[in-house]
Amino acid sequence: MAVAQPRPRPSNPRILVEHRSAAAVEDTPVVFEIGDAAVYYGAFRAVRDVSLQIHEKQITAFIGPSGCGKTTMLRALNRMHDTTPGAKVTGKLLYHGVDLYGPQVSAVEVRRRIGMVFQKPNPFPKSIYDNVSFGPRVNGIRDRAKLDELVETSLRSAALWDEVKDRLRTSALGLSGGQQQRLCIARTIAVEPEVVLMDEPCSALDPIATARIEELMRQLKSQFTIVIVTHNMQQAARVSDRTAFFTAELDSKNDQRTGILVEYDATAKMFSNPADERTENYITGRFG
Amino acid sequence: MIAASDLHAKPSWRSTRSKLMTGLMIAAVAILAIPLIAVLYAVVSRGAGVAFDAFPAFFTKDIPAISRREGPGMGPAILGTLLVTGAATVIAVPLGVLGAVYLHEYGGTRKFARAVRFMAMVMTGVPSIVMGLFIYVMWTMRFGYSAFGGALALACLMLPVVIGSTEQMLRLVPTQLREAAYALGASKSRTILTVVLPAALPGIVSGALLAVARAAGETAPLLFAVGAAKAFNPHLFTEANTALSLQIFNSDLAFPAAESRAWGAALTLVALTFLMTITARVFTSRFALKR
Amino acid sequence: MQLFELRGRSHHADKAFGWITIAAAGLVLVILGLVAASMTQRALPVLEKMGPDLFTSSKWSAAEDHYGLLAFLFGTLYTAAIALVLAVPVSLGVALFITQVAPRWLKKPMVYLIDLCAVVPSVVWGLWGVLVLSQHFGLGRSFLTAGIILAIMITPIITSLAREVIETTPLTDKEAALALGATRWEMICATVLPHSKGGLVGAVMLGLGRAMGETIAAALVIGSALGQITANPFAPGNSMPAVIANEWGEADDLHKSALIALAVTLFALTIVVNLLATWIVQRGRRHA
Repeated sequence: MAVAQPRPRPSNPRILVEHRSAAAVEDTPVVFEIGDAAVYYGAFRAVRDVSLQIHEKQITAFIGPSGCGKTTMLRALNRMHDTTPGAKVTGKLLYHGVDLYGPQVSAVEVRRRIGMVFQKPNPFPKSIYDNVSFGPRVNGIRDRAKLDELVETSLRSAALWDEVKDRLRTSALGLSGGQQQRLCIARTIAVEPEVVLMDEPCSALDPIATARIEELMRQLKSQFTIVIVTHNMQQAARVSDRTAFFTAELDSKNDQRTGILVEYDATAKMFSNPADERTENYITGRFG
Repeated sequence: MIAASDLHAKPSWRSTRSKLMTGLMIAAVAILAIPLIAVLYAVVSRGAGVAFDAFPAFFTKDIPAISRREGPGMGPAILGTLLVTGAATVIAVPLGVLGAVYLHEYGGTRKFARAVRFMAMVMTGVPSIVMGLFIYVMWTMRFGYSAFGGALALACLMLPVVIGSTEQMLRLVPTQLREAAYALGASKSRTILTVVLPAALPGIVSGALLAVARAAGETAPLLFAVGAAKAFNPHLFTEANTALSLQIFNSDLAFPAAESRAWGAALTLVALTFLMTITARVFTSRFALKR
Repeated sequence: MQLFELRGRSHHADKAFGWITIAAAGLVLVILGLVAASMTQRALPVLEKMGPDLFTSSKWSAAEDHYGLLAFLFGTLYTAAIALVLAVPVSLGVALFITQVAPRWLKKPMVYLIDLCAVVPSVVWGLWGVLVLSQHFGLGRSFLTAGIILAIMITPIITSLAREVIETTPLTDKEAALALGATRWEMICATVLPHSKGGLVGAVMLGLGRAMGETIAAALVIGSALGQITANPFAPGNSMPAVIANEWGEADDLHKSALIALAVTLFALTIVVNLLATWIVQRGRRHA
């Protein structure tokens, strides 16, 4: 396996960004500035040496084989690891220049601004309406008319309104898998976040539902910064502006696999002319 | 752009309420712990004196025939508790394990198995005093007071508990293990006896120990079956016997000597049940199959 | 090879073992049936003598051979109600603390603590109740003292059942709420409590059953007053199991029959409560 070779220094994304080719994407403001980040579960280091910048109103994809730490890195961006006992995040993680793990920063405030859609659709066992209005409600919106309006706009943005407008009071668990996932997206954008993190949002869905979600992502891009983890390379190529490729590396000392960031660049460049041999092997299917 | 302070925790009603509720949860833990600490303190501070004063007299001597008389002695009660609980264990644990084997290995979702499972659940809720009276009607009225009657009552209480905990443990034994044994030509009974039960043994033992610990402290089911002897009675089937819990319940608290003996008996009983509970837990965490 | 050889030698032993296990399982049904039948038969004499007065009269006098159990039924329900009011909030708080708040290292010791609370013999709680709670703290022997002792005894039972139920809340549901910017308490209200509702009600019902049947501790602290039907919690009273334990020693035949009638009533009552609890738990499980 390619990863067994002596490891070159992890690519420095800033250099790559400066040397961008013609396929480069627009340089919108930086939302996340990540430097030498690592995540530990107890003594186990799940991912390390991650340095990259995520830009506003673009879709950034994290790709790579299983166990490469892409989901772990994603969850570090809205402090979901706070709920995992023993998990620890180190390194620089700035959100609009503010340290996400700063001493006074509240995980609740962070997650209100940085929403998340999970791998498996996970609507609450409540009605469709209550699912979407949950976030606004905990954030203090009590006004009935305002809530109705928010629910409608969110469901419209998630391209679900027409399918559910006549049964808003029925259980969300009665929806199909694809509808449930779009409901989860509607629920996330109802709190009007700035960033939406998506953790393999289509892996539990069939191709038709997947296509709808991808279409939705392209629409949402105008309003939100999106970071998506996917194991589906075609999906990354189809929807994202920038792609980060992660892989797992075996530490010969303690026999542990730790994820590393191999390469980060504009998606067009990553898929046509990657700088790193490992990226090329993975993209062309010669990996492992 | 956002300001750094935007991400800071704001002193809002929401975060205050969350902290308040967390505080109440911690308070609940304290409320749970206070009675336990208080009762342990009372039992140790009032019971240790009499129990260890002329060690080991308290554990070996007869119970004074006259309550108001000073002096140690809970020996017959300790023997009685061990006799009654031991016999109950010998009756209930094998039957309970076999019943659970039926439920999980043979019955599955069959009607009879579902009925038994349901009734076992109902049976765990039957008050212990009802079981005591039941044994009085069925056994004591014919054969008189004995340790064995008490053991029968305790066994009735333990049986559904052992069935429940054992079935849970059998569920944890992987199907592949059974299939491996079948593939080697083992019969069903042989597979159960030599592969399934040994694999589940640690869990079964710790479940049984918890049931025994709970039974050892019972009083109500013994009231009508064991009697209230004050002298040693090593016979299981004949003559009235006694037990630590019975001695505590029957002690005449008007006399300081009887009261202090009751505390000594309480200390012994608590130590016995705690020892079994802790052993069961250690057993589980050391050897049991993980969920 | 002949066909019968395929049957093998252990065929009969195998069958026999199966039958033995069936017999062991059937024992549960036999015992319950015998309990109901034999006890009801022994209760008949007093039922013949008293008629419906047995249940509607609150006068209980062995000297006059008049047995009415209404006051004891009241005492049983009243003390159990006091116990529930005290035990349920504490149990729920502890269960939530263990599952949602406590760091990982604290969980196991907490579970041990609850186990130890549950295994303290009832006669020891009774002794402590008489000599410490009612004498030192001036509570006397009353409904309230009995209610407190019962609450202490059922709290660990409700707690451990509630903990098991709460732990089945899917992590994905909890994360969904947190990712929307919910605080811990909002997350609990939105996901944990609705998810566990059925199981929690069942746990409380099982605690109620236990409180109604608890004998020895109640017998020692309730005060053994006859005919008390009063809402005053500081009044001495009596409960069905306490009467049985306290009066059995000096009872003659009809008196014994009356006490057995008490036991049958108690048996029926706890079975109804337990059936209800099981039904609620199973219904909750199906809806979850």
